[in-house]
Amino acid sequence: MSEMNEKLVFDKPESVIDRATHYCPGCHHGIAHRLVGELLDEMNLAEKTLMTTSIGCSVFLYNYLNVDAVEAPHGRAPAVATGVKRARPDHFVFTYQGDGDLASIGMAEIMHAANRGEKMSVVFVNNTVYGMTGGQMAPTTLIGQKTTTSPAGRCQATQGSPIRMSEIIASLGGVAYAARGSLDCVKNIRAAKKHLRKAFECQINGTGFGFVELLSGCPTNWKMTPIQANERIQTEMIPYFPLGVFKDISEEGGIC
Amino acid sequence: MSRIEVQEDRCKGCLLCTTVCPVNIIVQSERFNVSGYKVAEVPEADMDKCIGCASCAMICPDVAIKVYKTPKKKGDN
Repeated sequence: MSEMNEKLVFDKPESVIDRATHYCPGCHHGIAHRLVGELLDEMNLAEKTLMTTSIGCSVFLYNYLNVDAVEAPHGRAPAVATGVKRARPDHFVFTYQGDGDLASIGMAEIMHAANRGEKMSVVFVNNTVYGMTGGQMAPTTLIGQKTTTSPAGRCQATQGSPIRMSEIIASLGGVAYAARGSLDCVKNIRAAKKHLRKAFECQINGTGFGFVELLSGCPTNWKMTPIQANERIQTEMIPYFPLGVFKDISEEGGIC
Repeated sequence: MSRIEVQEDRCKGCLLCTTVCPVNIIVQSERFNVSGYKVAEVPEADMDKCIGCASCAMICPDVAIKVYKTPKKKGDN
């Protein structure tokens, strides 16, 4: 009897293709994919979405999200997406990039796309390391963090400080929304989805550039178990990369 | 009564689901799936403790968990 009334309350969103991912156990890319997929379904965007993917572990995103995609050269996703959006302004355009892609080789592209206020959304997955190539130091690597190219730990005197992208992007004129979320616990995942929704809405309303940074774990390259990796996000990453909304022009009355 | 269903060929045994379950009923099983991961499961005896909160499904990076919930009827506990 009770079986008859049973309701499926959680399932894979339609925009996420039913296929095993190539990600390591405990990698947060899967959660980010699901959040994006859920929003594309809920906001009824899947049919008119053009996704621009990057280089990194998320390079195969087109295998996992059931939307049209353009693969950009390393770091150039915001430049490619600019062209895509200007050629097809009626479509929903977003890029999905990691920290090695966006904050290092693609720094120029993201800064200028944000400054021009292109009507697109950026999903930025920050796991403080180059994941796909084997765990080299990234611009976001924390001070003291050991990677294959900083075996003694990142040193501020010689390698500089980790870049806080959300704060930098929030300071640029064309940006409508910039926020940082985290994927380490259920509460933060829910908040991250709200940030993504706001960023997507900024594009749909035509208010400007939406940017969401998602703090993520990379257990393999951090040489930790997935559970330890999630604890590291709480204890080391969030204190340096504070969560929250850094710019939201819908709260400020908009830009002309 | 609520329950979860773990799609065992997708589970990578990361065990993040075990850390977020408010009633602590998800455990690692002794079974390996085709990829060689020890999958997460809820032992048969504990399944009726599931409250259908979907926390495990929210944190699962491989979207391997389905959550079913049966609406409570008037008079039920």
